[in-house]
Amino acid sequence: MSAREATPRPRHSDAHVTLYRLQACPFCERIVRKLEELDIDYHSRFVEPMHGDRNAVKRVVGARTVPAIIDDETGVAMAESGNIADYLDATYGGGD
Amino acid sequence: MDLDFEVVDLPPADHVEAGDEAPDFTRPLVNDEFWEDVALSDLLADAPVLLVFTPMDGAFPSTYIWNELRDRGMDEYGVQVVGVSISTPYEHMTTIEERGIESFAGLFSDPQNGVAEKYGISHSLDGMAGVSEPRPSVFLVAPDGTVEYAWVADEWPAFPDYDAVEDAVIGL
Repeated sequence: MSAREATPRPRHSDAHVTLYRLQACPFCERIVRKLEELDIDYHSRFVEPMHGDRNAVKRVVGARTVPAIIDDETGVAMAESGNIADYLDATYGGGD
Repeated sequence: MDLDFEVVDLPPADHVEAGDEAPDFTRPLVNDEFWEDVALSDLLADAPVLLVFTPMDGAFPSTYIWNELRDRGMDEYGVQVVGVSISTPYEHMTTIEERGIESFAGLFSDPQNGVAEKYGISHSLDGMAGVSEPRPSVFLVAPDGTVEYAWVADEWPAFPDYDAVEDAVIGL
């Protein structure tokens, strides 16, 4: 996992999770589904399809890949949908 | 000299005026890196807003308006300069880069023109079936939501009185 110190919540967000996503990206939709399933309030930021134009994501998680999330409640910022899904389950899944 | 061209008069519009409360709205606000849903009231919590409605990105009036506001450094007076057009976020990103307006607060994307309808400035385009967009308009909105200055085009094409806009911004 490549978790980093989270940046503060975006000014325009009421939600503690910020999701960097790309329109129609199936990996991003997987995380949206996970957030909804766990009833986590989230704020979407959409980035460009062109990988090289995603510096906003790079600054947050160190890579230009989406999805990426910032969780300002736990201070976690991370990329890669598999990692994110595991993190959300572990943190908000409530256990079995 | 007889110039043989047509400036089209626009019909009277019952639009938002100075002294009115600016209708609040939420739309994707695009900057040079990403877009996210933002409400006008979110922006007003930080500073006054200069709300600039333009024709769709790429139309020459939009290009001229952004060039002029950029060249005057309109954001340097402590207002957030914000655009609204029916163009998509993808087009807005291109416009921000091409016009060099990265220091402005962003461009709202409103493809269905609902914000212009709220402000009473919707304009149906002749020859583009089913397409309406805002008339060129400028509203200076104080942090309490009051419209301090309003200009709405009554002909087409038309451009804001930039000196008057600048005076209003300085006077706020």
